Amino acid sequence: MFAIISALMAGFILRRLLSSILVLLCAASITFLLSVSQKGGPFEKEKLSEKAKLEKLRQHELDGPKWWQLARYQARLLRGDLNVSLRYKDRTVAEILAQKLPNSILLGVTAFLIASVGGVATGFIAAMRKNTLVDVTAMFFALAAISVPTFITGPVLVAVLGLWLKLLPIGGFGTWQHLVMPSVCLALPFMAYVARLMRNSLLEVMTQHHMRTAKAKGLDDMTTLMRHGMKMAILPVVTYLGPMAAYVLTGSFVVETVFNISGIGGVFVNAIQNADCFLLTGAVLVYAALIVFFNFIVDVLYTFLDKRIQLHA
Amino acid sequence: MPDAADNRWKGAPPSGWSVLKRNRTAMTALVFLIIVAAAAVIIPFFLPDWMKQVSADSFLKPLERSADGARVHLLGSDVNGNDLFYRLLTGAQVSLGVGLIGALVSLVIGGIYGMISGYAGGRVDGAMMRFVDMLNAIPSLLIVMIFVSTFDTYFKDALDAVRLWGQVRGWRGIEGIASTLLPYSRIAILVLSLGLVQWLTMARIVRGQVLVIKEMAFVTASRAMGQCGWTILWKHLWPNLSTIVLTCLTLTIPAVIRDESFLSFLGLGIEDPAASWGSLLRDGAQVINPIDSKWWLLLFPATLMSLSLLALNFLGDGLRDAFDPKSDP
Repeated sequence: MFAIISALMAGFILRRLLSSILVLLCAASITFLLSVSQKGGPFEKEKLSEKAKLEKLRQHELDGPKWWQLARYQARLLRGDLNVSLRYKDRTVAEILAQKLPNSILLGVTAFLIASVGGVATGFIAAMRKNTLVDVTAMFFALAAISVPTFITGPVLVAVLGLWLKLLPIGGFGTWQHLVMPSVCLALPFMAYVARLMRNSLLEVMTQHHMRTAKAKGLDDMTTLMRHGMKMAILPVVTYLGPMAAYVLTGSFVVETVFNISGIGGVFVNAIQNADCFLLTGAVLVYAALIVFFNFIVDVLYTFLDKRIQLHA
Repeated sequence: MPDAADNRWKGAPPSGWSVLKRNRTAMTALVFLIIVAAAAVIIPFFLPDWMKQVSADSFLKPLERSADGARVHLLGSDVNGNDLFYRLLTGAQVSLGVGLIGALVSLVIGGIYGMISGYAGGRVDGAMMRFVDMLNAIPSLLIVMIFVSTFDTYFKDALDAVRLWGQVRGWRGIEGIASTLLPYSRIAILVLSLGLVQWLTMARIVRGQVLVIKEMAFVTASRAMGQCGWTILWKHLWPNLSTIVLTCLTLTIPAVIRDESFLSFLGLGIEDPAASWGSLLRDGAQVINPIDSKWWLLLFPATLMSLSLLALNFLGDGLRDAFDPKSDP
């Protein structure tokens, strides 16, 4: 059994890997072209003489027509070299990213877990207590959490929990107390969306015939739901997890700004403002790679939940 | 048998509008939105001029008198002595306007794309929908950020060129329009690009509905009458889509507002002196500190924006319950 699965998987992974590399290269090329098309170029703000600017551009292989700059950059990328940052002198893009990435990953993974587990649990309870006070309140707060963006909940959380009640530390990053507010703030809207998704799909599954059959053969409510219902009901949630990972990434921009966490989001925003094309492309590559990876995981999870779905690369 | 026919129920099933009217939450939301929009447009005309400019009253608390005792700021003032009440109203103008225009852009693109995809069907439909799926997997805000920062300067230069051209020709109208648009150039290109990335849901919903409607008898009848595809799409399918499109539009507006505020919050959106809710919130979030909290700069923008977004979402949910009861959340 395991051998068959692994043989199928190996082919799938190989094909997926090749297409992923192509996608990443495309994303990097488009970002790079857009970034170098900015008026004035990356050294506009430094007040250099015309000659010094040209010299600097040549040093970074940013002279000549756009396609020629792109070609040299692509060749560099294929060798696995992300080049140096234009703004932060003498530091390579890989160094900067490697320094900032762990914080972002920690924040993102925590938020992702809170959102998926909390959302599924809330949706499950709301569906169990359909049309009671619990359900109505939960769904009201879910809609509220979806509507109110993180850049409102973030500062409000800081002001209330951090400054007023003094329950949690406001600055810094390191211990688990520091992680609570940012990750909850980042997770809230996604948790709410997952809860709504879970509730509706569970309610729909409960009306189906195989659930009635399961009850008729003598299973109690909980076992029926856990063994036969959840497997079907969780499919829409699993589908949403892929895009959700992408949204958690963009959402972390604001959360990193609000809570002063030095992560990839800040790097990205700074790189855009400074027209730092190599750093920007590097950050985009990291994001794109994470998204491709998450979608891959979702596809694999799908086959385990529903045997009728087959893998296509 | 005339009696049996008389006994039959003659009433019509409740239309979507009457379902909506009975939904108290949605109606409250609608009234609230109308009040906010009307206040944002009308009230600034009646405010005195000193409220609309920078003054010496830095960080005044709500209802506190200024140093010379001449001015009172209803909701306090910010670092430059701008009146927060006035800034909130102009911010509402910008945010609501951005939401509406961005949603309309997404409606045009998504509507046309979805109708063509659904009506064509078959392989064309498959290819067009794969493309939508592909775009959906990309975090669109990243693209908007890069896009805006690249094309902002070009757009600004183009506007400036139009202004100068109007000046040379002596066309006051064009010159005036261009120079009023100039501080909003970044927001204009932001709206366009947000509309360009927000049309995916609209396209999918319109396409699904077209797939159902195009199999109905009246479409076959109009085809038998010899009407061409475009006429059928515009005259017969589009009117039948209107309520679903309205629902989707109502839910797109808060999404666009949120994205715009997100970018303004990060400092990549609107630029001073123009304000939107996002930039006001950024100002508010920057001045929270343990020693001397400027709570009003955070509280009022946050409340107004949350309530407006919540109202838009409740209204959208109400519309969906009324017109499309079977759909997902």
